[in-house]
Amino acid sequence: MVTLQVVPYNEIADLTSVGRIRKLLNIAKENKIVLLQGRLKKEEEAELIKATMEEINKEFKGIELSVIYPNISKDTPWFSRFKEGLINSLLGDRTGLTIIGPANVVKSIKKDPKKIELLTKEVKKRRKIKKKRK
Amino acid sequence: MVAFLKNFFKKFVAKLFKRRGAIKLGLYGPPNGGKSTLANRICKDWLGEELSKVSKIAHETREIKIKENVVIKNSDGRELSFNVVDTPGIATKIDYEDFLKAGLSKSVAKRRAKEATKGVIEAIKWLDEMEAVIVVLDATKDPYSQVNITTIGNLAARKIPVLIAGNKIDLKRANIRKIKSAFPQYNVIGISAKYGNNIEELYDELFKLVK
Repeated sequence: MVTLQVVPYNEIADLTSVGRIRKLLNIAKENKIVLLQGRLKKEEEAELIKATMEEINKEFKGIELSVIYPNISKDTPWFSRFKEGLINSLLGDRTGLTIIGPANVVKSIKKDPKKIELLTKEVKKRRKIKKKRK
Repeated sequence: MVAFLKNFFKKFVAKLFKRRGAIKLGLYGPPNGGKSTLANRICKDWLGEELSKVSKIAHETREIKIKENVVIKNSDGRELSFNVVDTPGIATKIDYEDFLKAGLSKSVAKRRAKEATKGVIEAIKWLDEMEAVIVVLDATKDPYSQVNITTIGNLAARKIPVLIAGNKIDLKRANIRKIKSAFPQYNVIGISAKYGNNIEELYDELFKLVK
């Protein structure tokens, strides 16, 4: 079974960068796939990778990370760009979606670039057959 | 913030006194993209010696490697001195079992995985030190990976000039157009670090990048 945990931006808005990274990484370490509303700052994404590397051990192999973000190009009307920029600087970057999946569960995330495909690993359950001794 | 101010101050002082020493040129990118092969190509072309060991198994470079004062000449005869910094590949996951599959023994695979995690941390820490960066991407692979986007985004946030090298154009599956469409705001040069294809063009673009 794959568990998805939705994290609204409000839940991380008041946290420090370290707090945000810790919160998201802790959820991923519980083998849950995080769906975060919005995105982290670029520097926070790099810090997330660094923190992930520090946490890698026998059970936790790292994360798969992907961000879907609306493509704001030069063709976008200036007012829309200004509005987007103003909202982001005042309220945080709430547009887009960030997916963080533990590498134990998520094999890969493919982005194309507006569509995301999430390939999960097959969970192998080893069942111990207990032989009843009479 | 401290890193930003440090970087800003360093650049400001350098500009103020118009002193230009060797430019710190970082080679960044995901594992097995060909960073060390390119570093070796540059060092061999201009110094006659190689810098790093290369391997088909990912994470061969697990610590920062530097070759100082590599003087590169462009096609107009201009010369610039670089300190070439070969960095470990940036990844979001490292599983020692992948190294087992590549034929390494369990103890070697575990050690390699541990060193690789430290290497990724080092590579990210060194971002602030760079004055120009060549992001080396494997042109046969999907360029839209978040590691590529995060690496390039972080360089842009630090205002470090970036040139993208789409490596392995000698392979049939190489697709430079896909890299160009993924990063339209950057200059993308298709190269083969292994065979030296388009390397002259890369050197010329490097001069434009750091002018």
